[in-house]
Amino acid sequence: MITGWPNLWNSTDNAFYFIIAISIVLLLGIMATMIFFVFRYSRSRNPRPTNIEHNAWLEILWTAIPTVLVLAMFWVGWKGFIYKRTVPAGAMQVKVTGRMWSWSFEYENGKISSVLKLPFGKPVKLLITSADVVHGVFIPAFRVKEDAVPGRDTYLWFQPDKTGEFELFCSEFCGTGHTKMVSTVEIIPENEFAVWLQQKETPALAQGLSQAGLGAELVRAKGCVACHSTDGTAATGPTFKGLWGKKETVLRGSQEAQVTVDESFARSKIFSPEKERIKGFPPIMPSQRGVLSEKEAAAIVEYFKTLR
Amino acid sequence: MEKIEASYLSAYGQRKGLAGWLTSTDHKRIALLYMSAMSVFFLVATFLGVLMRLNLIAPGSHVVSPRAYNSLFTVHGVIMIFLFIIPGIPAVLGNFVLPLQLGARDVSFPRLNLFSWYFYMGGALCALLSLFTGGGAPDTGWTFYVPYSVKTGTNVSLAVFGAFLLGMSSMLTGLNFLTTIHRMRAPGMTWFRMPLFVWALYATGWVQLLATPVLGITLLLVIFERAFGIGVFDPARGGDPILFQHLFWIYSHPAVYIMILPAMGVISEIIPVFARRTIFGYKAIAFSSLAIAIVGYIVWGHHMFTSGMSDMARVVFSLLTFVVAVPSGVKIFNWTASLYKGSITVSSPLLFVLAFIFLFSIGGLTGLINGALSTNIQIHGTYFIVAHFHYVMFGGTGFAFFAGLHYWFPKMFGRMVDEKRAKAACILMFVGFNVLYFPMFILGWQGMPRRYYDYPAHFQPLHSLATVGSWILVAGLLLMLHNLIRTIRHGLPASANPWQGTTLEWHASSPPSIENFDVIPTVTTGPYAYPQNNGVSS
Repeated sequence: MITGWPNLWNSTDNAFYFIIAISIVLLLGIMATMIFFVFRYSRSRNPRPTNIEHNAWLEILWTAIPTVLVLAMFWVGWKGFIYKRTVPAGAMQVKVTGRMWSWSFEYENGKISSVLKLPFGKPVKLLITSADVVHGVFIPAFRVKEDAVPGRDTYLWFQPDKTGEFELFCSEFCGTGHTKMVSTVEIIPENEFAVWLQQKETPALAQGLSQAGLGAELVRAKGCVACHSTDGTAATGPTFKGLWGKKETVLRGSQEAQVTVDESFARSKIFSPEKERIKGFPPIMPSQRGVLSEKEAAAIVEYFKTLR
Repeated sequence: MEKIEASYLSAYGQRKGLAGWLTSTDHKRIALLYMSAMSVFFLVATFLGVLMRLNLIAPGSHVVSPRAYNSLFTVHGVIMIFLFIIPGIPAVLGNFVLPLQLGARDVSFPRLNLFSWYFYMGGALCALLSLFTGGGAPDTGWTFYVPYSVKTGTNVSLAVFGAFLLGMSSMLTGLNFLTTIHRMRAPGMTWFRMPLFVWALYATGWVQLLATPVLGITLLLVIFERAFGIGVFDPARGGDPILFQHLFWIYSHPAVYIMILPAMGVISEIIPVFARRTIFGYKAIAFSSLAIAIVGYIVWGHHMFTSGMSDMARVVFSLLTFVVAVPSGVKIFNWTASLYKGSITVSSPLLFVLAFIFLFSIGGLTGLINGALSTNIQIHGTYFIVAHFHYVMFGGTGFAFFAGLHYWFPKMFGRMVDEKRAKAACILMFVGFNVLYFPMFILGWQGMPRRYYDYPAHFQPLHSLATVGSWILVAGLLLMLHNLIRTIRHGLPASANPWQGTTLEWHASSPPSIENFDVIPTVTTGPYAYPQNNGVSS
């Protein structure tokens, strides 16, 4: 919450209501005038029209007043923008990487998460980039958005001033899984956050999940299910159900070949999908190098074995 | 009867029937060629839009697959933008009316005019072929943002080449109109005696001619990037994806004015005729068209406020954006003032104009939210933008196009449109339009991103409402099309000047003869002269 007179225009909502209020007055004014004229000067009420070519004072007035109004709107938007672009000293930094189609958040101590957990009340700076195409980090609840552009870092900051879970959307279209490129911002008390930040392993392993169980967690957390179903439903990519041990026709360039889905084929599809593609599916699978560790890929393969 | 036989509709040269139409260099026939093709594309794209809305009626619905949905909004956008809204008013109404309003027998380059239509059809063919060939229908959005448009396996290259051809068509039409306006005005028609529709097409022509080449170059670069990996936009090869966005919007923002300026011209024609008085502030309207065209070139960056562009650039583009808002506002005031002390009949063209003023005002005013930096960051890339540009493009240009069609239909076909049906269709469309698009403003402010085939459940009520609106809107559209098509055969015969218009097209017969005028008229007054009125007329 941004409060107090000196900060009035730092708030996006205040700028929004300011512009909307002026707009509603203008709209109602124009409409009322228009409708009044149509009835008052209808052919039956006013059979003999009058030619009025122009009126210099009126025209100067209705150019000057809107000019002042729009300049005020510009100023209000600019004020709020400067606030959004000025990161307060001591903000916590989190590196955000977007890729087709998942988010990863890396904290200052090297911890990586697929959910953005943040401590309540502490300003946070997101340093944003992309591993493949243009994405956009959008957290509506905190009125912030900035694109993730491959090859460069962009940033945004905000003050987590309410606890709870909030949506984080991808706001630049990035392909088939765009809609599923959604994560959560979790604002938790500072002491809880400190404990979480020090946890080394993912909670799934800490809870003693099996390898296959961890794999099941991973395909959800890393966004695989945006294209691959786990229940046999047809989707953009092949379903994981019954995949293990299946014979598939693959295309290497224009050459067809028969393969059996085994450990090495699965790993190759995860890390170097551009080498070959399964016939009948578009060549859009992004490499998961850097997203999944070797251990995690192995867990996913274990999970495949259970999906008979 | 003699007159009707001599009309452009029935008279033919060396070739008869369809061949006579496809080889005709008559500006009126070319206008109808554009109109027939465009109606088909418009209906296809409307159908795709309805499908999209159907898929969004509830969260988790699977009317179409995710990939199909992505192709739906891409193809809907490409067709509506490049095949309907950009060429719409200039190619159909402009081609038909411009030479008539100037008192000319045709445009300056009639063959080039026909050639432009073939470019248009070639571009359309490429765009439609891209749906069924190669890797399947493009799924990039109509903006073709790199690197995704370079990486996707879908048939982007062919679609992009189609847009390139359509750009050629647009450029040549602009060039043709500019030359015509400079060289072919009737004796006595000085610049300030030209109808405002001509002024609007003049401003538009310069934008078409100067901005479209940038699009052509950019789209070719995308094709080269896909085919040869030249790396202009690929950061791994020293390129820059944001460069693409700049180049794309350097065309595509001025293109917004290619879409809206001719619409403003149509509105400025219709109001004086149905109010039976001169337009208020003729020069202000003419000059504001030019001002919009010029300032419109330098506001493209407002499409990129969250793209990672420098903060300084964002501030400058925001300021310029607010500057361009003023002349658009001035036009709305002028139109409203032109009703003052008129003698008004609300026939169907004027009803469409009144709907236009309401919808375009909402579109323009919500543009202020987009132009202000802090609020833009919240609504960028959300349904707020979708609502905003539909209010401007469809509520604005679309409704103005329909207004112009109803206004000039008697001239085109020599028959009157059925007023009752036309008004019912207009009201139905107006209601459906607002039920469909207004909820999107609220959705967008709440954070609903665009180009999502699914959404969290809390967005459902407004999404469902919008889908219902799409049905009402389509019912209105179909009623309107039915009524117009019916008019061609069954409408009551129209006189040469059924609306008591004062511009030169009403001096020609309805429908006009091949050469438009028996004797080229001489112009002695301004375009909207009603000398019998009170007050002074120019």
